[in-house]
Amino acid sequence: MCTLSRQRKGSIHELVQMILRERFCHQRLPEKPVGMESQHKHLLELLRRTAVHGESNSVLIVGPRGSGKTMLLNCVLRELLEVKDVNKNVLPVHLNGLLQTDDRIALKEITRQLNLENVVGDKVFGSFAENLAFLLEALKKGDRSSSRPVLFILDEFDLFAHHKNQTLLYNLLDVSQSAQAPVAVIGLTCRLDVLELLEKRVKSRFSHRQIHLLSSLSFIQYLDNVRSQLSLPQDFPDTKFYDEWNDSIKTLCEDQSVVDVLQRHYNSSKDFRSLHLLLMLALSRVSASKPAIKPTDLLEASRVCMVDSKANILHGLSILELCLIIAMKHLNDIYEGEPFNFQMVHNEFKKFLQRKSHSIHNFDKPVVMKAFEHLQQLELIKSMDSSTAKIQKEYQLMKLLLDHSQIMEALQKYPQCPTDVKQWAMSAFG
Amino acid sequence: MVRYFTRLRVRRIYKWGGRPYIFDRKLKSYGFEYLNMSVEGQEAVTTVTPGQYILIEGNDDEYPFVAKLLKFFGDESHKQKKALVQWFLRLSEVPQNKKLLLGRSPHPQEIFYYLGRACDNEINAESILGTVHVQHVPEDTPFPEPGTKDTLYVKLSWDTKAFNVLDPVLMQDTPASTPPKPALPLFPPCASPTATPVSRGPVRRALPTPDPTVMRRAGSVSDTRATMSAGKRSTLEAESIHSASKLSASKILSAKRRGSAADTPGVRKKLQLSIGASPGKKMTRADVLCELLDEEMESEKVISLKLSSSVSHSLQHGCSLSPMRSVCKTPNGQRRFPWKLSSISLDRLSPTALGEQDFSRATTPSRRKESAMAIREPALGVLAEEDSEDSPMQPIALTPRSKRKSAQLVSLRIRKQLNLLDNTQELISDGDDDCFVPSKKDLQSSSDEEKTVSEEETRGRNCKTSVRTPHKTPSKKALQSSTDEEKSEEETVVRKTRGRNGKTSARTPCKTPSKKVTPSTPRHATPSIPSRTVPARQPGNILDEARARLHVSSVPESLPCREQEFQDIYNFVESKVMDGTGGCMYISGVPGTGKTATIHEVIRCLQHASDMDEIPTFRFIEINGMKMTDPHQAYVQILQKLTDQKVTADHAAALLEKRFSNPAPKKETTVLLVDELDLLWTRKQNVMYNLFDWPTRRHARLVVLTIANTMDLPERIMINRVASRLGLTRMSFQPYSFKQLQQIITSRLNKVKAFEEDALQLVSRKVAALSGDARRCLDICRRATEICEHSASHPSSTGLVRMSHVMEALDEMFSSSYITAIGCASLQEQLFLRAVIAEFRRLGLEEATFQQVFVQHRALSRVEGLQPISVSEGLAVCQRLGACRLLLLEASRLDMLQRVRLNVSQDDVLYALKAVRD
Repeated sequence: MCTLSRQRKGSIHELVQMILRERFCHQRLPEKPVGMESQHKHLLELLRRTAVHGESNSVLIVGPRGSGKTMLLNCVLRELLEVKDVNKNVLPVHLNGLLQTDDRIALKEITRQLNLENVVGDKVFGSFAENLAFLLEALKKGDRSSSRPVLFILDEFDLFAHHKNQTLLYNLLDVSQSAQAPVAVIGLTCRLDVLELLEKRVKSRFSHRQIHLLSSLSFIQYLDNVRSQLSLPQDFPDTKFYDEWNDSIKTLCEDQSVVDVLQRHYNSSKDFRSLHLLLMLALSRVSASKPAIKPTDLLEASRVCMVDSKANILHGLSILELCLIIAMKHLNDIYEGEPFNFQMVHNEFKKFLQRKSHSIHNFDKPVVMKAFEHLQQLELIKSMDSSTAKIQKEYQLMKLLLDHSQIMEALQKYPQCPTDVKQWAMSAFG
Repeated sequence: MVRYFTRLRVRRIYKWGGRPYIFDRKLKSYGFEYLNMSVEGQEAVTTVTPGQYILIEGNDDEYPFVAKLLKFFGDESHKQKKALVQWFLRLSEVPQNKKLLLGRSPHPQEIFYYLGRACDNEINAESILGTVHVQHVPEDTPFPEPGTKDTLYVKLSWDTKAFNVLDPVLMQDTPASTPPKPALPLFPPCASPTATPVSRGPVRRALPTPDPTVMRRAGSVSDTRATMSAGKRSTLEAESIHSASKLSASKILSAKRRGSAADTPGVRKKLQLSIGASPGKKMTRADVLCELLDEEMESEKVISLKLSSSVSHSLQHGCSLSPMRSVCKTPNGQRRFPWKLSSISLDRLSPTALGEQDFSRATTPSRRKESAMAIREPALGVLAEEDSEDSPMQPIALTPRSKRKSAQLVSLRIRKQLNLLDNTQELISDGDDDCFVPSKKDLQSSSDEEKTVSEEETRGRNCKTSVRTPHKTPSKKALQSSTDEEKSEEETVVRKTRGRNGKTSARTPCKTPSKKVTPSTPRHATPSIPSRTVPARQPGNILDEARARLHVSSVPESLPCREQEFQDIYNFVESKVMDGTGGCMYISGVPGTGKTATIHEVIRCLQHASDMDEIPTFRFIEINGMKMTDPHQAYVQILQKLTDQKVTADHAAALLEKRFSNPAPKKETTVLLVDELDLLWTRKQNVMYNLFDWPTRRHARLVVLTIANTMDLPERIMINRVASRLGLTRMSFQPYSFKQLQQIITSRLNKVKAFEEDALQLVSRKVAALSGDARRCLDICRRATEICEHSASHPSSTGLVRMSHVMEALDEMFSSSYITAIGCASLQEQLFLRAVIAEFRRLGLEEATFQQVFVQHRALSRVEGLQPISVSEGLAVCQRLGACRLLLLEASRLDMLQRVRLNVSQDDVLYALKAVRD
């Protein structure tokens, strides 16, 4: 009996984890896109006209990363395909600028997805020129009322603008502006200046419809959003647990420390993706023994999210490497950010050794060199010369990729750091 | 079937009869009272006098042209024989699309009085075949039912537009029963196996005029010659006259070669007929032919020498002939030389021979043919029949002489047939694969043997006749190998003819040289988008309707505001099409000013005009620099659109080069639209060079219209020799003014009341001020209708599109999103932008490294009372701003050292940030 209930409890936690993970990992589309109702309506209307009336359109969805462009589009498509007339009548073609890096690949992919007659199995026959001619011919043959509308979805639209002559974009947009098969060209991009990338002919053929996804979410809305994101859906099987969980979430969101953490995140970025990352980390701490998210979980998650990436590397350095970095820091102070070379760093380090020879072992130059190279491999220092081969290693000019504050912070936290070294870090003459 | 054969053997002799009277002193032309026609070897003479109805040799044996003879005239030497005629048309000569205008089924013997102007009414008198009886039937009376076969009835007139009731006055002066039945058939008796044995020799020697055969050949030779390049002519003119005879002999050979090479079933049939005429003589045919040709040559030589004094100048044409007269080349001669010249030389020189008659006929009334463009059924049979019925013929067995003659005629026949090929579409139909031009007529393979015999003969002769001109070499080569090139050339000719007649059969010719069948490749895939199951819904309310009309893709009824440009382009293209010449035109203008649309409109109008027979037909081909992957693909696309062949770029360039530089029969003008010309730029500019060079070729008949955006493209990117060929025919499309834009929208809306006047004016003024791009204007209007629709509380209660809606649409499309984007950025992002500006001010530069900015950022956040963020976070903020392109960043691998620049002006940033704080 006892084990059974425990098992049930365990399974409930798995269920919670599953539901929320799906939500945070963007595996399931939300019921309704939040905070972008007008854009949703606009896009849906536009695509519906293409699908139902056969009207050709072109549109760009612009918004910063993580602002929900793809989510919006997918919601619209889902809604569109639920309409019975439309379902079997549209041909969506998904392209991504990161995958289809040139027009040749893109054309093959379009042809494959449209499953035109020069596709056998999964293979597209014909040369680049033939493919282009074939596709254009196919689109040309179609007409508004009888052909199936084709929805071209170009993810990372700006990358397509870098293709040679922008042939693909020109042709797609040209089709959308002429009496051929109905198409809708939907571009997704995060670049606000994407229109400037288009060549004037291509630009003229684009309808200049842009849907901007710029969230002007206030912090209150942001908090609400966090709560709704963490809450369980109403159709959750165990009502008792459902109530418990949702209550705990409510109290969590009212906790001052949690609000502070969220405020900090909100100040940093408003997009949902970073929020989801934070909540995901907090969620992963939920288990059968700990059936709710506590404020500490969120604080810890926030700490993990906010941590400086280089601080961890610095903690793993040897004392010698740390000393070299301190020497570089002093050189930076002296020469006002001018690049340095190994010899300078070594001299600086030697001076320190002469003063405090008792506190640190006197390393040979090759050993120091080795440590220096290690730092370079860790990309804490970066060579400034493009042609590294010509100059001797000792004299290659380097720059430090660390901020003062980062170094000082690392020294504070470094376990068993010699006091002399700490003092040296504070002052060049310490 | 026999009657064809009879006509084949005809050698008719034409002589002027009556006293000549001076007709025009200046031109030194003489009128003649009548013309005596006699068939060689027969005593009987047919007299043709003006006022009679005559049959004129056409490209259709069954149905020769019908005309009423008005006047005979000739020149001083009495060798030129010409006639003025009033044409009559058979229904088959009426364009296909006009036939329905008749409104009833035509009587088989019915002809129409021709009132059109398009047709030259001056013909070569030697193309007259004989007389015919034409009877005028009043409109309301029916055709006399059991009419004799040789009477034609005329009821209506045809003026290229419509059938009208024929004014009987026009037919008044007809001597009612003119056709004086010839005492003898015009066609030789060798028609049937029992033909009269004719002593051909005496007749010939008795000729007061030069041997018609020679003369004719010389004449035809001149035409052939004309097909060769003009440059070679001068060298050949130096050749002595007697070479004409040899050449004429070799011409027979070439004709035969063509016969064998072209492998026309029609030819086969003729050959077979001749076999039928001399049954059992097949085996000796080659020998006989040999003998005959030798003799022929001798006699011709003699006569041509005789001739030389009187007609030396016309023989200059004659001796400049070349034996290489391939199918596709022949009719081009007509084009190359002015009509007059060729017809004169023909008239002076060509007597009765069939092939030549056909040819000369094709010369003179070919305008009419062009307009008629219809399929003619051979009509000679009728005539032959008539003649044979009327005349008492002595049935005689074939003599060797006549056999020889027949052999010779066979070759002539072949040539004639090949001439026919150029003009007759009847012969073209889908047939078996090894025939270029399969005939509808039944194929009888028994003639194969005969054909090979003649081919062998040809070869033999070819060796004997010493090769005089360089042209012979290619012809010989062609004879022996009949190379692919020639074939493809012939093919294109055939295909062209076909295309012209609207018989757009999709079947590609079988012998396309490029046709490599790659297995497993879906080569014959048809490009198409699957069709939808539910038909597209039609626009519902007024706004939907307006939106559909405002879509750029909808083709408006007219193109307002480009009347002048339209007219200029129209005139340019029309004049080129009319003259059959070529030319280039360069059209520039910023995007969305209607360049391509105007040209399409021009072509639509011209196409309509050519449908109405106002101008000759032409082909329109469109290529777009943006719609090809490589400039050299232009060749491939042009060739594919011209001939449906798929070849590689290099091969296509070669084929096009050949096509546009060589003469070809019935070549129609090609109008080539090259859109986005600048994309065809290559380092050597050979694509552009060729595109502009072809129109300057003599036989190209190519009009190239080029479009690009920049006005000075020729100066900027073209090297001199390309720019020079492009010429100075330029036109630039100015951006639309606001009034024009307004007019465009109004004309598109076409009384659909969806916009307020002011709203339209606002849109057009705004767009005119920015770009003058009509596409933009239409897009904004479309967006405004959407906004209007959405803003309405009920979908049914949508009113007009008002200013506010247009304003909103304009804002959406034109306002920069940077300021909104900054406003919507997170606090740290805004802070970072401020730090960037602060750092810029500190440095006095518009560029700083991240490290420097980050120091500022940290200071600023302390001032703002915010917890300072770590470097990683700062970098993330910076990257986010960089991804939106609010900041311009260096590659992120530089980490803290990457330089940062603003992509927006500092003022904009400060303005946006200030707006956020307030």
